[in-house]
Amino acid sequence: MTAELQELKQYLENKRNDCVLSADIQFGELTVDVAPAQIYDFVEFLKVDPRCKFSSLVDITAVDYPERIKRFDIIYHCLSMYQNRRIRLRVSLRDRDMIASIVDIHPSANWFEREVFDMFGIMFTGHPDLRRILTDYGFRGHPLRKDFPTSGYSEVRYDEVEKRVVYEPVNLVQEYRKFDFMSPWEGADYILPEEGGDK
Amino acid sequence: MDGSKGFEDVLTGEQKIRNFNINFGPQHPAAHGVLRLVLELDGEIVDRCDPHIGLLHRGTEKLMESRTYLQNLPYFDRLDYVAPMNQEHAWCLAIERLTGTEIPRRASIIRVLFSEIGRVLNHLLNVTTQAMDVGALTPPLWGFEEREKLMIFYERACGARLHAAYFRPGGVHQDLTKELLADIDSWAVEFPKVLADIDALLTENRIFKQRNVNIGIVSEDDIQKYGFSGVMVRGSGLAWDLRRAQPYECYDEFDFEVPVGNNGDCYDRYLVRMEEMRQSVAIIRQAIEKLNFEDGPVLAQGKLCPPRRVEMKQSMEALIHHFKLYTEGFHVPEGEVYASVEAPKGEFGVYLVSDGTNKPYRVKIRAPGYLHLQAMDHMASGHQLADVAAIIGTMDVVFGEIDR
Repeated sequence: MTAELQELKQYLENKRNDCVLSADIQFGELTVDVAPAQIYDFVEFLKVDPRCKFSSLVDITAVDYPERIKRFDIIYHCLSMYQNRRIRLRVSLRDRDMIASIVDIHPSANWFEREVFDMFGIMFTGHPDLRRILTDYGFRGHPLRKDFPTSGYSEVRYDEVEKRVVYEPVNLVQEYRKFDFMSPWEGADYILPEEGGDK
Repeated sequence: MDGSKGFEDVLTGEQKIRNFNINFGPQHPAAHGVLRLVLELDGEIVDRCDPHIGLLHRGTEKLMESRTYLQNLPYFDRLDYVAPMNQEHAWCLAIERLTGTEIPRRASIIRVLFSEIGRVLNHLLNVTTQAMDVGALTPPLWGFEEREKLMIFYERACGARLHAAYFRPGGVHQDLTKELLADIDSWAVEFPKVLADIDALLTENRIFKQRNVNIGIVSEDDIQKYGFSGVMVRGSGLAWDLRRAQPYECYDEFDFEVPVGNNGDCYDRYLVRMEEMRQSVAIIRQAIEKLNFEDGPVLAQGKLCPPRRVEMKQSMEALIHHFKLYTEGFHVPEGEVYASVEAPKGEFGVYLVSDGTNKPYRVKIRAPGYLHLQAMDHMASGHQLADVAAIIGTMDVVFGEIDR
């Protein structure tokens, strides 16, 4: 399996060196870093090339790293049912960068891109219908960004007086509990008083 | 309203016909949960279908980022609540891949056993409720009786009928008793008879065939375009099953067949599901036979799993280990992994990004139903309104996993 992937990795690096920034095999999975401008071409190449035949899109998602300049990683998983192989593509984007939609190549990307837009606020150019998908009608913010609080900003309840559902700012009756499991046994940086230091 | 403008057109106001928009759901019994479809109808023919999902969105992926790996496990029961353990399986596999944990053989066989029980649970619900959607009332009553028996097996294994939390990283939570294995075996002997009864009720039933044959045909091209998996693929003649194609756990030791359909319509998918149940029963019986000869632990030794009670009474280290495991949880080495299982509905995958702490940095849950429902517009267009219920039924959607 790994030898096969190694071969595929070599092939991709040689054939499409304009797209592939780097490639890496870990845990038996091939990850290819792709240049943001080339993603459309590369996905199309993977689909039509007879040696790749990654005809089925499994998943699109994103990961947020707020401390990086290129804040978002967009992850594509593709599957070839014919070659029985998987591949993962990764594109790094800055905040407010746009990326080309691949709905034309894989219609199944439609909802995945809507979800990434909904959850991370990443825009896909050329997407036919980039609406929110999972969150409430009229929701604001992008929940899976790391700077969005888990509790959210507004809550919903049925108001007995007004006889309708009302939106209110979140009011927690108990402090949100976030435990710090910094272990005293493992991995802690002990701040020990220096020997003979000031007292 | 059109007539007020006078009659400039050739058509009179009465003759102008406008397409009719209706809301199907979110409270419709055939919507299998909280699906809202906005259907544009031309007479009784569906022109356009716009599914609105997210009414059951609970933010599972966000919640998981602030909980430990073990605390996250029960969230997986709540995704596809029809076959809970199959989801847990994907999560455990992802963690085990990252940490490089080998699980004991007995645990591996128990996992296969309960994955297959989950498959029967799911298909029983799906086949019978789909039959109810197209007008049959008896099958769900018969099917749910069997589901009840299976859920009692769940309860006897782990204490919960539905939200099991039974598969753990490193094995399964508790060992099965001999009596339970014997009871599952005797159920597996009896069950084909019940299946034959349901089969006799539906397979050659005139109304059932009229409602399902040639409805919602899926071609090989559609499968690739819309990313289908599971029965949606096999119903169209492609023998694609992750248990065979990319074997995980110890599925390669089991003898089973991958049933495929010919036409890719609702009826073929029904037939595939019925046959898969028979195959699952065969796997269950093989697993029990193996378990009768396979003694040993059901949890791996190491940091992922709690120490034995006896050890905790005597060893301070074991006590500390237990305490730290259930408060802080275990740390998973840095890396990313995509683990998938052949869940009853299709390929259920977990994409896990770990940053080396005790909580996952990012988890993406890839639910098969999400892609199937996405193709609803493509599949329902051109069909009659009544067929929408039949198509949703054989797509096998459960909103726990679609909305996450």
